[in-house]
Amino acid sequence: MYSDKVMEHFQNPRNVGEIPDANGVGTVGNAKCGDIMKMFIKVEDNIITDVKFKTFGCGAAIATSSMATELAVGKTVEEALELTNKAVAEALDGLPPAKMHCSNLAADALKKAINNYLGIETDDSDEVHHHHHEHDEF
Amino acid sequence: MDNGATTPTAPEVLEVMKPYFTDVFGNASSFHSFGREARNAITEARDSVAKLIGADDSREIVFTSGGTEADNYAIKGVAEALEKKGKHIITSSIEHHAVLHTCQYLEKKKGFEVTYLPVDEDGMVNPADVKDAIKEDTILITIMMANNEVGTIQPIAEIGEIAKEAGVTFHTDAVQAVGSIPVDVNQLNVDLLSLSGHKFNAPKGIGALYIRKGTKVAKYLHGGAQERNRRATTENVPGIVGLGKACEIALNAMDEKSAKLIALRDRLISGIEEQVDYVKLNGHRTERLPGNVNFSIRYIEGESILMKLDLEGIAASSGSACTSGSLDPSHVLLAMGLTHEVAHGSLRLTLGNYNTEEDVDRILDVLPKVVTDLRAMSPIYNG
Repeated sequence: MYSDKVMEHFQNPRNVGEIPDANGVGTVGNAKCGDIMKMFIKVEDNIITDVKFKTFGCGAAIATSSMATELAVGKTVEEALELTNKAVAEALDGLPPAKMHCSNLAADALKKAINNYLGIETDDSDEVHHHHHEHDEF
Repeated sequence: MDNGATTPTAPEVLEVMKPYFTDVFGNASSFHSFGREARNAITEARDSVAKLIGADDSREIVFTSGGTEADNYAIKGVAEALEKKGKHIITSSIEHHAVLHTCQYLEKKKGFEVTYLPVDEDGMVNPADVKDAIKEDTILITIMMANNEVGTIQPIAEIGEIAKEAGVTFHTDAVQAVGSIPVDVNQLNVDLLSLSGHKFNAPKGIGALYIRKGTKVAKYLHGGAQERNRRATTENVPGIVGLGKACEIALNAMDEKSAKLIALRDRLISGIEEQVDYVKLNGHRTERLPGNVNFSIRYIEGESILMKLDLEGIAASSGSACTSGSLDPSHVLLAMGLTHEVAHGSLRLTLGNYNTEEDVDRILDVLPKVVTDLRAMSPIYNG
């Protein structure tokens, strides 16, 4: 079902983690859907020097997160804003049609992190967390 | 560890099937001796199936292409036979799609009214709810004997008693139960029962519907007079013979195999509970299929768990949306009251007759690390 590239990124995801002093953070998705992606970026002189991600989701979700971070590093903020979900999927040699919606979040998360850096959006990941605690069972 | 999905055909089963492909290949409806040989083999197999489920008369067994067909036949057949009497059907919210979608089809296309009964947090149907739901125009109650996802075994005998008292036809989808736990159609008070071969070491593509003598069910395959005029089509003799053999084996070894599986299952359950944090067993702890293990594993998602296990050569399944190809996770887990998030992180391991202690050791070795790795990547796990 998944391409070799997707399997590679799934087994060896790039840039997993958090950036404590990140310039921008963006979270998309929610637990109800089964996909949450959180991206952290470090920006210096308009260049994205570091990107890290955390993802709750399926193989496609993890692989696309990983690929998105790989594609974003080294780009200018403007270049990174132009990255599309389609481009991420293509870089992975494609995704099964049923998985495309899982992958939609990767570029969106990056965009949100950049917008957060630009002061346009706030990181609402705390709200996402808050909802989980309401439903904590075990 | 995905025996709930399907099981390998037993070597002894394959052996008895072989002659019926080439040597004894006659059409069982033919007059000549070649046909009669095939016919006799079918009769023998029918007896074996009847014996396994305690049917009084083996003529109450109709061979089908599997469990899904048996479910369709039972539900649509009763609906058609009795629609002048009433158009209300009672089922549960945790049925297999073969039952659920058939009921939904009757609702949307044939004007039937269907009540989908709720279940408790263990996935158990309450017989009192069945009783309360029965109306003047109820013509069918269909409740599965054991749930395929979480293994919960339903109080079928009690429900059957209620159905009998109310004079309502009662069907049970026993696909996960037959071959695995004792099944007696009289003790269970059922009028119709579905079973499927590939769940207990018979080949895929063969199953049966038990129809209690006197039960009104319309037929849907028109053509020749096979299966006593109930299901036209040339009989799948090798499949039937294989199913008969599998029933024989299951009946003989039931207690022994069941005990062995339960021991493996319970060791697997406690092992996971001990070694992995933030897990919850789904389904009833004791009223449970001997081989079924189903856990919600917090903070991570089901398909990614399956992928990591698959890379280690371990097969399992999950109730996450991504594995079902829909936007919602398992309807069974949701019906049990799990939140979407928790349902997405479910893992089902189903042991079968060929699993060993070593297999359980392996899973307990691999799973904790898989969970740790995925949690390290999760934005909702705070270590």
